[in-house]
Amino acid sequence: MASKVIMPKLSPTMEEGQIARWLKKEGDKVSMGEPLAEIDTDKATMEMQALSEGVLRKIIVQEGESAPLGQLIAIVGAPDEDIASLLNEAPAKQAAPAQQPAPTPSEAPAPRPVAEGNGRQLQQAEPVTSSGRIIVSPLAARMAAEAGLDLRSLQGSGPGGRIVKKDIEQALSQPKPAATAGYPRAVEPARFQPAAVATASPYRDEPATEIRRTIARRLVTSLGPVPHFFLTSEIEMDRAAEMRKGINALDPDLKISINDIIIKVTAAALIQHPAVNASFQDKFIRYYEHADIGVAVAIEDGLITPVIRSADQKSLSEIATEVRELAERARSRKLKPEEYTGATFSISNLGMFGIDEFTAVINPPEGGILAIGAMTPRPVVRENEVVVRQMMRVTMSCDHRVIDGATGAKFLQTFKKILENPLYLVV
Amino acid sequence: MQTITIREALNQAIREELARDEKVFLMGEEVAAYQGAYKVTKGLLDEFGPKRVIDTPITELGFAGLGVGAAMVGLRPIVEFMTFNFSILATDQIINSAAKMLYMSGGQYKIPIVFRGPGGSAFQVSSQHSQAIESWYAYFPGIKVVMPSTAADAKGLLKSAIRDDDPVIFIEQERMYGNKGEVPDDPDFTIPLGVADIKREGKDVTIVARSLMVPLALKAAETLEQQGVSCEVIDPRTIRPLDIDTIVESVKKTNRVVLAEESHPFCGVNAEISTQIMERAFDYLDAPIKRVSGADVPMPYAKNLENLAVPNVDKIVAAVREVAYLD
Repeated sequence: MASKVIMPKLSPTMEEGQIARWLKKEGDKVSMGEPLAEIDTDKATMEMQALSEGVLRKIIVQEGESAPLGQLIAIVGAPDEDIASLLNEAPAKQAAPAQQPAPTPSEAPAPRPVAEGNGRQLQQAEPVTSSGRIIVSPLAARMAAEAGLDLRSLQGSGPGGRIVKKDIEQALSQPKPAATAGYPRAVEPARFQPAAVATASPYRDEPATEIRRTIARRLVTSLGPVPHFFLTSEIEMDRAAEMRKGINALDPDLKISINDIIIKVTAAALIQHPAVNASFQDKFIRYYEHADIGVAVAIEDGLITPVIRSADQKSLSEIATEVRELAERARSRKLKPEEYTGATFSISNLGMFGIDEFTAVINPPEGGILAIGAMTPRPVVRENEVVVRQMMRVTMSCDHRVIDGATGAKFLQTFKKILENPLYLVV
Repeated sequence: MQTITIREALNQAIREELARDEKVFLMGEEVAAYQGAYKVTKGLLDEFGPKRVIDTPITELGFAGLGVGAAMVGLRPIVEFMTFNFSILATDQIINSAAKMLYMSGGQYKIPIVFRGPGGSAFQVSSQHSQAIESWYAYFPGIKVVMPSTAADAKGLLKSAIRDDDPVIFIEQERMYGNKGEVPDDPDFTIPLGVADIKREGKDVTIVARSLMVPLALKAAETLEQQGVSCEVIDPRTIRPLDIDTIVESVKKTNRVVLAEESHPFCGVNAEISTQIMERAFDYLDAPIKRVSGADVPMPYAKNLENLAVPNVDKIVAAVREVAYLD
């Protein structure tokens, strides 16, 4: 029977792997335990061994390409076997970095599949997580990896909480609940647990929601491995505000916001500074042709960044309409994965909360993010006179692996220039 | 198809091979005039005469060495140990001569010899006469080790062992000589060495058992079937070379393994099988491999203690339930 070769977990922290070299060609005989490929993990180049016998029928992920854990990367089977059904499971082809001058951002790594929470009881013993180590049978671990199931979301039924085959089968047979359903809400005081130490505060444990865990995982992959540095600039917003007023006067239905203008200006500045519209990919740096701007939107128990694709090519009114529509669907949790992944750069705006200035965490693999503060009237010196201007502070977080200080500064200079004189958008 | 005891099956195998090939001869303590301590060699002296069926003195090292010498010059000896406990005296000839001769002579001397006799536990014969020492011999490269569990396997494997050009340790089980089974009539019926037999097919748990443990494992499988657990029972039949492929294939299907053996657990054959399963099918295991072995003590004489020291059906059932996460 033909069997799937999946991207194996070759290091404890590995999330995806890149095929460094296939050691077998399509059509080569493969025996169990024989090295099949060399895989670059986040740590090292490791050999992947064949787990079945037969002939290497199909290589799905080519040398130089990456795949997340558990993704189908090749098929091993008998020489004349029909593998069509297995081939159908292969994800849409990913772009190889070298040959494709304009990889579209939608081809950026797909979000890792994450299992749904299983509504764990609060008081239930959790040997699995309390020790920080997941106890799982080798078979169950492999089944979970193949199914893209997050072991942390499972309760093991074996001795000591060991996750066994039965638990995986059960998890896979359960229909996935709708994304909006059943997040536990704040609980009644009765459910607070007394702390072990008498004087310590009582507490309650609530299961971390899927989105909370995803946010946590994504962010620690950022501030940990991504070397951030920050650049702050103060921008005079009077002309931008005037322009906004002017446009909205033309057509009150447009409802252009300052944020829409910032998106447009960011995109324009990114196109002038391609070095900033880039992402560090370990073996190579990926430069994007278009500016796909992720816009952070706060939603209940989290945040999400819907993406305005090719914002550099869209009109302000198109951007405004799209942002409104995406934000609305973000709040009702109706965004599709391709609508909130694969931005080339992001904007986070906390101005509406009266925040003057802050720093934002980069959303990998993007190269940077702009943190936008509130627009407030401030006394400034113009031609030796103190005047009042609408001022706004922006802080850019840069991934130093791809953006250097001067590179970031020049981008921010352009951003400031255009935003202070939005007529640059039309010249 | 005839239904005969393992004793009769072994007798047939020796008789047929003595008749088929005049180079084959039999020697050992009491094999001729007394017709064997366990009557395996009944009638052979009458049929083949004292040149082919030879009584030896009580000198295990001596007649084992005689056998190795005879094999070096082209004969095919069958050497009976009254029990394998006495083979301990002959280990220098078995291990240092028989097992290594082909290698150390650069391939000039084949040693086509069979050392056979009963091993394992018997009925209240105590520590020195109730030992399963297959792991000793299986340890050494150069010897094959065979342990049949049915009449058909006994006949087919012994014939193959006699025809084999390498030294073969052929361990029968004293408690099983009277067990009956169907055996093909064909005088050329043989079973190749190194091939395991699936004694019962199942899908939930693989039980690997040899010799005396096979009928116990099959009984355990019946009991477990009624409890909703489907067991596959595999008899390796040959300990070395071991047919690990058949075992691994089964484990890949069932994901759980119980290894049953009469011998002591420490450095036993099942320790080796367990490691090989782990090396080759780690990702298919849903539970730790479980061994059921004889007690790690010299065999007691007292009946009640002897019963406790030897694995039984209940112990195998309990082990299967444990790896199936039923208890």
